[in-house]
Amino acid sequence: MKKLIRLTALALASTLALTAGTVSADKLKVGFIYIGPPGDHGWTYAHDQGRLSIEKELGDRVQTTFVENVPEGPDAERTIAKLAETGHSLIFTTSFGYMEPTLKVAKRFPDVKFEHATGYQRADNVSTYVARFYEGRYVQGVIAGKISKTNTIGYIASFPIPEVVRGINAFLLGAHSVNPDIKVKVVWVYTWFDPPKEADAAKVLMDQGADIITQHTDSTAALQAAAERGVHAFGQASDMIHFAPKTQLTAIIDEWGPYYVARAQAVLDGTWTSSDTWDGMSEGMVVMAPYTNMPADVAALAAKTAESIRTGAFHPFTGPIRNQAGEVVVAEGQVADDGMLAGMNFYIEGVDDKLPE
Amino acid sequence: MTELLIASIMTMMTAATPLVFAATGELVAEKSGVLNLGVEGMMLTGAVFGFAAVTLTGEPLLGLAAGMIMGLLASLIFGVLTLSLLSNQVATGLALTIFGTGLSALVGLDYVGKTIEQIRAIHLPVLTDLPIVGRLLFGHDPLVYVSIVLLGLTHWFLKHTRWGMILRAVGDSDQSAHAIGYPVIAIRYAAVAFGGAMAGLGGAYLSLVYTPLWAENMTAGRGWIALALVVFASWRPSRVLLGAVLFGGITILQLNTQAAGLGIPGSFMSMLPYITTIVVLVLISRDSIRIRLNAPACLGRPFRAER
Repeated sequence: MKKLIRLTALALASTLALTAGTVSADKLKVGFIYIGPPGDHGWTYAHDQGRLSIEKELGDRVQTTFVENVPEGPDAERTIAKLAETGHSLIFTTSFGYMEPTLKVAKRFPDVKFEHATGYQRADNVSTYVARFYEGRYVQGVIAGKISKTNTIGYIASFPIPEVVRGINAFLLGAHSVNPDIKVKVVWVYTWFDPPKEADAAKVLMDQGADIITQHTDSTAALQAAAERGVHAFGQASDMIHFAPKTQLTAIIDEWGPYYVARAQAVLDGTWTSSDTWDGMSEGMVVMAPYTNMPADVAALAAKTAESIRTGAFHPFTGPIRNQAGEVVVAEGQVADDGMLAGMNFYIEGVDDKLPE
Repeated sequence: MTELLIASIMTMMTAATPLVFAATGELVAEKSGVLNLGVEGMMLTGAVFGFAAVTLTGEPLLGLAAGMIMGLLASLIFGVLTLSLLSNQVATGLALTIFGTGLSALVGLDYVGKTIEQIRAIHLPVLTDLPIVGRLLFGHDPLVYVSIVLLGLTHWFLKHTRWGMILRAVGDSDQSAHAIGYPVIAIRYAAVAFGGAMAGLGGAYLSLVYTPLWAENMTAGRGWIALALVVFASWRPSRVLLGAVLFGGITILQLNTQAAGLGIPGSFMSMLPYITTIVVLVLISRDSIRIRLNAPACLGRPFRAER
C-alpha cells in the first residue's frame, strides 16, 4: 500500500519534471533527489538551501528541479532515471542509500553528470562529495564533556554506516578530551526521518540518565523532546534554534551552497570532471551555529577548538586512539588518514555500545 | 534504578495513549459489526488537521477538536460506501487508509517544518511531588487521563447501558436486531463515526503532544497496531489498555535495551507485539466458546434489510 502511494507520488513527480522540461532547452537543468521533505529543517533542508544558492548565483542560466521523499531502493533508481530522461544534465542524489541506484542510472546516461552525497563509489560521470561533519561532532563532544552533570550523553544514530560511526567516535574523542568520565549511550533507530521514533529514542535516552542529546537523524523531534524535559541538545544539519531556543547548544550546519554552485558552473563551462570532495570547516562546508545556552568559558573553549580544527592546527582523530578491543589503531602523535576515516567500521575505546552488524 | 523504572513507565504511557484512542474507537465500530481497516488513514487525517488548526489558531483544544471532526468525516466516507452502498468493508477500509495517507500529505505540505506550542504534562501541587507515585499518577499530559476515562466509559456503555447492548446485538445478529425494530444501519453509522473521531483524536495526539510537528506518514503504522490491538484484546475494552501498554511499551523497551547496551537485536524486540498478537489469536481460536462470546458474529458482513 505504501508502495502504491509512493508510485502515485512518483508518477506525479515525473509529470512535473516532464512539464518543466518543455520550458527551455538551452538552460542547464539541475535535478535533486531528496530523502525527506525540504521542510525537515535538517539534512534535506540544508541541501535545498544549496539548490536555492544555485538558482540565486547562476540565475537564468540554470533551472532546478527536486523530487522529495524518495525512498532508498528501486524507487530511487526510477526517479533518478526520470530526471536524466527529462533533460537534467546534472543530478545531485543526496543520501547514502542512493549509491547503487545512482551508479546504475549513470551507466545508462553517460552524458549526464551525477553527484552523490556521502557515498564512496565513483564513475567517469559520478562524483562523490561529503562534508567532514566529524569536525563539528568533536566540538559538540567538547561542549557536552564540559556541561554534562550526569556524565551520560544520549546519541541517536540512524544506520551503522561509516559516516555515522565516525561521528560517534569523534564526539567521544572530543568529550574525553575534557572529561574522561563521559559515557555515550547509543540508540540505533534505522531511519533518517521518522519524528515520533526519533522522539521516542530521545525520551528513552533521557530516561536512562542522559542529560545531553545529540542525533544523527534529520528531524527536529529529538531536540523538541529534550526541550520538553529541560535537557540540552544539539541541532543537526541546520540551525534548529528556532525550534528549541532554550535547548540547543549549537548545531552542525551543512553549507552545500558554494559546492553546488561551483559544480553547476563547471558543467556550464564544460570543465566538470568526476571527483571526490571531502571538505570541512576550513573550506566552509561545515559551520557551527552560535554557541548558546552554555557558560561563556565553554562557548569560548568550543570556539577555540573549532578554530584550531578550521586552521588545520588540530585534527580530531589524533592518536593515541584505541578500538574497543584496546588495540592501538592510531599511534601517538599520528592522525587517522582519510582512508581509515572513510571506511570507519569500528568503535573506539569507551563507546558504551556494540556496533550492529 | 527506581528513577529509570518510573521514567520508562511514563514514556510507555505516552506511547500507549494514541493506541488506546484508536483501538477504543475501532473496538466500538467492530462491536457493531463493521470492520474498518482505515484506522491508519483516519489517524493521519486527524494528525494533519489537528496540527493545522493549532498552527492557525494557537488553540490546542481546537486542534484536538479538528482532529476528531476530520477523523469522523473520513469515517463517514467509509460509512456511506459500506453501509449505504454495501461495498466490501475490507477493500473500502484499505482504500480509506490510502486516501487518508495521500490527503494528509497534500494538506500537510504547508505545515512541514512548522512548530507549535506543545501540550505539556500537568503538575498538581503536592500530588505530583509525592515520591514515586506522584509522577506516575499525576504527572502525565491531560490526554493520557482522557484516554483512560474514555476507555472506562466505553466499557460501561457497552456492558451496562441499553444502547450498548443494542449496539452489541446489532454486531452479533443484525437480522434479529432489525426484526425487533432497531435501526441497524443508523447504529452502525454512529459506531463508525465514533471510531473515526477516536482515530482522529489519536492522530492529533501524535502531532500535538507526542512530537509537536507534522511529518508525512508520521503515524508510522500505529493504526495497524490499533487494529491488531482490538483482536488482541478479544474485543474487551479492559484488555485494550493492557495491550496498548504492552504494544507501546515494547517499542520503548526496544530502544531501552539498546541504550542500556544489552546487545539484544532491536528488530527482535520490535517483532514481539506482532508475535504476541498471533499467539493470542491462536490461543483464543482454540476456545470456540470464548470466540462466540466476544467476537461480533456479523463482523465485516454487509447488512441488507430483508423486509
